[in-house]
Amino acid sequence: MSVLVYLENWEGKFKKNSYEAAQYASKTAKMMDCNAIGVTMGASEDSSVFGAYGLSKVINLNGGDFDQFDNYKTASALKNIAEQESANTIVISGTLNGKSVAPLASVMLNAGMISNVCSLASSTSPLTVKRSVFSSKGFVDYSTNEEHKIICFIPNSLGVEEAEGSCEVVEGNVNLDSTPTITVNEVDRIKGKIPLPEAERVVSAGRGLKGPENWGMIEELAEALDAGTACSKPVSDMGWRPHTEHVGQTGIAINPDLYIAIGISGAIQHLAGVSSSKVIVAINNDAEAPFFKAADYGIVGDAFEVVPKLTEAVRNFKANN
Amino acid sequence: MKVLVCISHVPDTTSKINFTNDNSEFDKNGVQFVINPYDEFGLTRAMWIKEKNGGTVTVVNVGGAETEPTLRKALAIGADDAIRIDAHAKDGFFVASQIAELAKENQYDIIIAGRESIDYNGGQVPGMIAALLNQPFVNACIGLELDGTNAQLIREIDGGKEKLSAQLPIVVAGQKGLVEEKDLRIPNMRGIMSARTKPLQVRPASEANQRTMVGSFEKPAPKSAVKMIDADNIQELVSLLHNEAKVI
Repeated sequence: MSVLVYLENWEGKFKKNSYEAAQYASKTAKMMDCNAIGVTMGASEDSSVFGAYGLSKVINLNGGDFDQFDNYKTASALKNIAEQESANTIVISGTLNGKSVAPLASVMLNAGMISNVCSLASSTSPLTVKRSVFSSKGFVDYSTNEEHKIICFIPNSLGVEEAEGSCEVVEGNVNLDSTPTITVNEVDRIKGKIPLPEAERVVSAGRGLKGPENWGMIEELAEALDAGTACSKPVSDMGWRPHTEHVGQTGIAINPDLYIAIGISGAIQHLAGVSSSKVIVAINNDAEAPFFKAADYGIVGDAFEVVPKLTEAVRNFKANN
Repeated sequence: MKVLVCISHVPDTTSKINFTNDNSEFDKNGVQFVINPYDEFGLTRAMWIKEKNGGTVTVVNVGGAETEPTLRKALAIGADDAIRIDAHAKDGFFVASQIAELAKENQYDIIIAGRESIDYNGGQVPGMIAALLNQPFVNACIGLELDGTNAQLIREIDGGKEKLSAQLPIVVAGQKGLVEEKDLRIPNMRGIMSARTKPLQVRPASEANQRTMVGSFEKPAPKSAVKMIDADNIQELVSLLHNEAKVI
């Protein structure tokens, strides 16, 4: 028996979510008294680093089938490796790619799938894990008795503990099932910006900013903090910012370590998507803004004065620490 | 062109979430139910496909009789007919199996579901339907145009987007971007009147297992009181974020 983990890469490089997934899998394997094994597909980086996160072995899959992400081929490869390694539990980080693979793999393996998972298993027989429901307004324990199990967890819900070490790396071989064809014509990844699900810190702004021309100071604060930028729903609906930045109940749900909300009133739909953030700072000129009830720290003040001062204070802090 | 749109019946986004019966179930008391917001984008896109290419738009829900007003609303928005598969939606696999069985009989060209429902947020059903039917699956879809039986799609990826093409039939998990928020269709009076007489078929559930079990619900721990910082003392916020919260 073993636990298998899908180690996603972007253009060949591993991201934080893959290290987190490896750690999730190795901790789960420890509870089950077995090994955790990773699978990479078309990665160009050295995958022995995953030993530091508790994996005993990484299987690299390369070749034409894995040059570009394909949800069915990924699912089929995971199924193949799971069979070769007699792995009954598969861990997948709930990135957009991960969410696209997990349900396919669960059908192929007849697996019980538990998604939107926000913590490690509380029991392994039957496998029981806590997951987020009602857009973070609640949690519930889910369990499955199926022989195969798939856990798809919310990125950044565990964090990554830095460690050192290495592990065995082998080249794998798989016989992919014949799966439906989708052709990728163009990949357009925004360069030089931290994608939201990856961001440990997020600076977000709303209608209080009055217009898209005022986002410069938000980007400066984000840069000073090494943070991603986000926005509220009205801002994305009005086209001030791209949809990919819309966080909230019907946008992206995020759970960074630090979320700074500027000029966002804090409607329940917005809070639903961000309330899992570990620390929330609200900056608003309205002392009655509901966001202050959901925040850890609050500043009542004009964003146009507070934000540049905050950026400067962060830069000074970074320069001296 | 035959399009099937999967409709989840979910609590309105402003609902207060409470649990009842010793935290074993969601408390529906006083809660308004609506079409899952992610599904609304798919429904409007389906209407556009029909208006351009001809065909039919069918909406489906797996649920009890209490979900019928939500299906009627989808009919008022413009769907031609509705199907309610009469079963408690036990889990993602159970629901996906029901819809896949329906699709095997009726051979839809496109199945559109929301990327996730705003109640259980599982994001499982669309992908599972695709896998059960062995059809191409595009998740987090923000663009869908047809050229005969060839579909041009755009999907969101972490930090960007990807342009794809696939041959029909396909399964799509939609979200905002499939149509814009301002373009969402809402029921008008004529639609509401005609929805009353449009067919709503109740279909018995097929045999399918559930693969997961729901345990005890809980609400998030209440936040401790906010610490207010003077706008003239921003330095203090930076210190607190470093020393107390340890996030910078």
